[in-house]
Amino acid sequence: MKFGVVVFPGSNCDHDTYHVISKVIGQPVDFIWHKQESIEGFDAVILPGGFSYGDYLRSGAIARFSPVMQAIKRFASDGGLVLGICNGFQILCESGLLPGALLRNRDQKFICEHVNVRVEHTETPFTSAYSADQVLRVPIAHGDGNYFCDDATLRELESNQQILFRYSDAKGEISESANPNGSLNNIAGVCNRERNVLGLMPHPERAAEDVLGSHDGLAMFHSMTVALREKLKSK
Amino acid sequence: MLAKVFVTLREGVLDPQGKAIHHATTTIGYQGITEIRQGKYFEITFDDSLDKAQAQEQLEKLAHDVLSNPVIEDYEIQLSAD
Repeated sequence: MKFGVVVFPGSNCDHDTYHVISKVIGQPVDFIWHKQESIEGFDAVILPGGFSYGDYLRSGAIARFSPVMQAIKRFASDGGLVLGICNGFQILCESGLLPGALLRNRDQKFICEHVNVRVEHTETPFTSAYSADQVLRVPIAHGDGNYFCDDATLRELESNQQILFRYSDAKGEISESANPNGSLNNIAGVCNRERNVLGLMPHPERAAEDVLGSHDGLAMFHSMTVALREKLKSK
Repeated sequence: MLAKVFVTLREGVLDPQGKAIHHATTTIGYQGITEIRQGKYFEITFDDSLDKAQAQEQLEKLAHDVLSNPVIEDYEIQLSAD
């Protein structure tokens, strides 16, 4: 089993993510430079947070044309696990691997704080180690995290159970006051229809050790490990 | 040959920056402005190897695939005659 962490010019959570996989969950991991045209040998790929290409044009808009993204598109369509965190989520939306887009935060401010996020569905390779309706305490750090899509897409996301995380209060209640950035229906993370591509604005890798104040993000990496182990066993 | 491309947020998409600018204009005394929407403007210069139709064709693709995100934005292209 091998995880890959993609490094774009401007990625800045790549080392945090690498650390969590190698040191905290103890799995093999390697960096993948954005100019690589092949990602052969990797079983899961993570697009980390940061400001790829300085967020020029739109967040994630230029990263999507990196050579590695063509390989990741093929990997995803073959069922490979792809996780996009923060800027990684923005890149996945720009590439069309996930529906919707991330607009400027409702209140224009860059928000860097811990928020509560409710787990909506656990039947996915990213959330199986969580319990349904579990409330996570995880940090967000973004200026463009305001999830938007058209009405038809939103209905589809809801009915296909693709919304995996929503901003909530500490009790798991979904309300406008618990919505930090104006996201539609408090959406914090969505997966594709096939459930092998997930993007989310909160940073699970920054909440994976008690010394950081929360380890609520850890179960996401454990879930992926379990899914990969099962997949490799069945091969 | 010079082209101008305007990228604007689609109708119904919240524009917090435009709103903030609008709010500031009313604070400093501008009157009669009901809304300000912020967009992006690109100047694209072509060399002589393309004719106008070819440039137009490239611009459509560029504006749709790169300069705008069709989920949230519309675009308008102006290509000068000379």
